[in-house]
This record gives sequence, C-alpha cells and structure tokens, in this order.
Amino acid sequence: MAAKKKLNMRKRYEVLTRGMGWDTTYQPMDKVFPYDKFEGIKIKDWSGWEDPFRLTVDAYWKYQAEKEKKLYAIIDSFAQNNAHLNVSDARYVNALKLFIQGVTPLEYGAHRHYAHLGRHFRGEGTRVACQMQSIDELRHCQTQLHTLSHYNKHFNGLHDPFHQHDRVWYLSVPKSYFEDAMTAGPFEFITSVSFSFEYVLTNLLFVPFMSGAAYNGDMATVTFGFSAQSDEARHMTLGLEIIKFMVEQHEDNLPIIQGYIDKHFWRAYRLLALISAMQDYMLPNTPMSWGEAWQVYYVENMGALFNDLSRYGLRMPKYSDVATAESEHLSHQTWSDLYNFTHAAAFHTWVPDDKKMDWLSEKYPNTFDKYYRPRYLQWREMEKAGERHYFKGLPQLCQTCQIPMFFTEVMSDPMKVSRRVSMYKGDRYHTCSDGCKDVFENEPEKFIQAWLPVHQIFQGNCGGAELSDVLNYYHLNDGEDNMEYVGSPDHKRWQEWKGEDKQDEAAAG
Amino acid sequence: MADNVFLILQDNEDARPIIEAIEKDNQDASIDYQPGMVRIESPGRLVVNRDSVSEFKGQDWDVMELQLNLVSLSGNIDEDDDYFALSWSS
Repeated sequence: MAAKKKLNMRKRYEVLTRGMGWDTTYQPMDKVFPYDKFEGIKIKDWSGWEDPFRLTVDAYWKYQAEKEKKLYAIIDSFAQNNAHLNVSDARYVNALKLFIQGVTPLEYGAHRHYAHLGRHFRGEGTRVACQMQSIDELRHCQTQLHTLSHYNKHFNGLHDPFHQHDRVWYLSVPKSYFEDAMTAGPFEFITSVSFSFEYVLTNLLFVPFMSGAAYNGDMATVTFGFSAQSDEARHMTLGLEIIKFMVEQHEDNLPIIQGYIDKHFWRAYRLLALISAMQDYMLPNTPMSWGEAWQVYYVENMGALFNDLSRYGLRMPKYSDVATAESEHLSHQTWSDLYNFTHAAAFHTWVPDDKKMDWLSEKYPNTFDKYYRPRYLQWREMEKAGERHYFKGLPQLCQTCQIPMFFTEVMSDPMKVSRRVSMYKGDRYHTCSDGCKDVFENEPEKFIQAWLPVHQIFQGNCGGAELSDVLNYYHLNDGEDNMEYVGSPDHKRWQEWKGEDKQDEAAAG
Repeated sequence: MADNVFLILQDNEDARPIIEAIEKDNQDASIDYQPGMVRIESPGRLVVNRDSVSEFKGQDWDVMELQLNLVSLSGNIDEDDDYFALSWSS
C-alpha cells in the first residue's frame, strides 16, 4: 500500500490560509481598500505574495510567549539584584536615554501604523504579516519601557520620553523620519520602514546599541535587544519580500520603488548620525567603530543584497557613496554638535579621555587627528579653565532631516559646511546635502510644513523666550537631565555607589 | 567569488546544536563569536538541516524553533519542514 504523501510546509500553509480573503460584493473593493492604489503601484495578483515565515497565529503566540517568559525573568532578576551597578560607567547610561527618547516612541508609531496596514492592504497574506508586526512592535515598545524603567529609578533623563520625543530638537529627527513614512501611502511606508530601516540599515541601529550593552555590562538591555531581534528577523524578511513582490507584479512599479528606496535610505541614514555618535563616544567600551560597522553592515552586506536585487532592475541607493565617505567623519561631527547643545538635551556629554581619543585615532586614521582631536583638546582646556563650552545661540536646521547643519563636503573639502538652497513659492529653504535637497524638491508641499524645533522656539511656540522656558516645555529638569557629565547628579551618585568619592577624599586628605 | 550570506544567533545553550549542525553541513562557513551572539557567514548559501540539529540536540527539533534564537540574517530565505536556507542568486 502506497504511503500518503505529506504536503510540504509551503503547500500546507497555502491550503490552510488561502481563501480566507474574499472580494466584496456589497461594496466595491476600491471603497473597502481606499489607500492602496493612489501611489501608482500596480498589483495584478495579490495571491502572488509569499509569506516569509509562514506563521499561523497559534505558532506565533507559542513562540512569542516563550520569548516573553525568558525576557521578563531576566528583567526581574536585573532589578532585584541592582545590576545597573555592574555597567562599566554611568556615562554608558546616556546611550539608554537616547534609546528610550529616540527609539521607543518609534516602536509605538510602528505598532499603530502596521495595524493600519493590517487593515488597508488588499491581500490577506500581507495583512496578516502586518498585523503580526504590529503586535511585535507594541511588544518592543513595552519591553523597552519595562527594561529601562529600572534605570529610570537611578539615573536622570529617562522620565518622560514620549513628551520629549514630540518636542525636543534632536528627537524631531527620528520623529520626522517616521511621520514622513506614516503620512505617505502604504507602499512607501512599508518600503521605508520594512526595507530601508529594518533590512538595509537595521544592523547599524542594532549592533551599536546591543553590542554596546554587552561590552558595558548591561545585561538587561542585551537581553531585551536579542529578544527583539528575533522578531526583527521576521520583519527583515517581510521587507525584502515586499520589495520583490512589488517589482515582480508590474514593471511600472520599478521606478517608484527605486525612488522610495533612494529617499528613505538617505533619511534613515541621516537619523543614524545620532547612533554613530552614541557608538563612538557614549560607550566606555566600544566593540566596533561606526566606520567599521558601516563597512561590514552596509558596504559589504548591502553590496551583496543589491547585487542580488539587480536582477529586478534595482540598484544601490543614490548617495551611498556620500554616506560611505561620511563614515570617517559622521560620529565626530555629530558628537561635537551634541556637546555644544547639551544644556538643552536630556542626556550628558563630555570630552573624550585620552584612551578614547587614541582608540578613535586608530579607528579613523585619515580624519580623527587631523580634524577632530584639536577641537577636543581645546574644549578640554576651556573646561579646565572653568569655561566649559556651550553654544549660546540656536543652529540652522536642515528642512528635510531636521539635523543642525554641521555636515561638511566630505567628498571635496571636509572643512567646508555642506549647504544646499531651494526656492519654492518665493521662499528660501535650506538643506544639508544633495540627498536631503532631492527629498525636499520631490515633495516641497510636504516638507515646507515641517515642524522645525528651532523655528518653533523663535516663533514662541515652545514655552517662551528664555532657555528655562524651553526646558520647562521640554519637561527637562535643568541641572539634572542636561549639561556636562562631570559633576552632574548622575556622576556624583555613581561615585558614591562605587566608593570613588571616598577615595578622592582619602587622596586629598 | 560569491557574496556572503550570514546568520546571527544568540550565544546560548539552545543555539549550540544549531551552530554545530551548521558547521557540519556547510563546509565553507566561518563562525565568529562576539559578546552574546554568534555570527556565521558562508559564501553564496547556508543551510540549517532539521535532522542535523536534532542529532546534536538529542531531541526532535522543529525548524521554526530557530526563531527563538535568531538575531539577524542576510540572504533570500527558503524554508520548509526539514531545512532553513539562506542564499544569494548572484
């Protein structure tokens, strides 16, 4: 008797899940799904969608529940054992402040928007993938808040991340990136977030933070990070799958998708400037420099990816060469800016010590000693003289990425500020690069509406005319959350916990 | 020379039999231990075979359980009941 042939995984999944969607007859389909055609993306056959991980809801719950049990046991243990005392130095915690203020609200935004996509994509397979991602993103938001709530008990700057995300100048960078995607159509959003952010650039967000945590004794963040990354593998696959699906469905989609890839690669790359500074400067022990991470995770890995995608007619994102040239400068320029404005930021900054500067020299042999060490030595002298440098004005921001205009012409003259100008309806707009200028000029009606923190302060919409008014508006505690690290309440508490204050007294006496 | 695919797993007891299976079934794979995670690179293709993992683990292992330890990956995914593979077409 012949054995019954078993269906393979792909076939089984297809049989179980397909046919759950239907074309409506009581209302026209275009009325039920009003958002998925206006971008000009043509989908001939939604059933051509290949589910990346073929998860049914019961399998999803099972694996997610197991991850949660393991994670929360470690979070509890971390809190009970006051394991925050095991981090290398309290300077490290500033990376976590940047994370909870800059990244955690984006997880919540992703949760909301994937729920929207989970309703508005016409294909049921795509909708299910988006619904699962929506739950994943809420999970990430929650696990980050739970993990970092312990740090909030012992360090400043972690107390009001959502309020600050919506108002504070450096946080408008991630906020505007995400809102740009959320106010776009579903195909642009999913290209921006699932592909550009969660596939192309994910390792440049993840590796700095999570390896940074591992190298600096932060067990809780390492654990949360790895737990979230296992979800990210599914997200990455969704991102790649959607790109392939869209270009396979109709040849007219190719230029639209390439345009989205170019725009959102550049916007997400600009956002990562904050991460580059965190990676090279905030971590007392740094596993890998930004320059090294860029080489491995972008130049090599994404080189391989776009080689593969070239069969569809896709190419590497525009201005990849600029980003690569900037990789030797980005972290230093960004850290310098944050150092200048730390009186208005909810984290501390400091001049790097000699050990760190020697490491930076080694990692950036072409640029650090020539352009950046002299600057830090100067600031160190000013600090010693009791005149720690804070910039007393407000910077010009790029109309697109909203970062202060400190980028330079790295391809031709790294000492020259990179500045572009566009005219629109009689007004002048400033951008920091060809990448940002292209974004502005492709959608000027969108970007002239940007809520730029510096303009808003000057217009009186941020609490008032004085710095103290603005800090109040930010819910930023002056003298606690902001300013130089050395001598801050975080620093003093750390010295008490470690007995370093007693050592200083003994040495003095 | 083929472009590399990679798989990054958490560095824990669950992942150990998976890593051993990969070493056995992928002759050109290179394994790099970093804090908390293990990065496995392979030119062109990398496959995780269910049978190999089960053998090293001493228990039946489902390919879907890979998700519990997965950190990151690079390459086109091909998944079935008996294997999980990454590859580049170029």
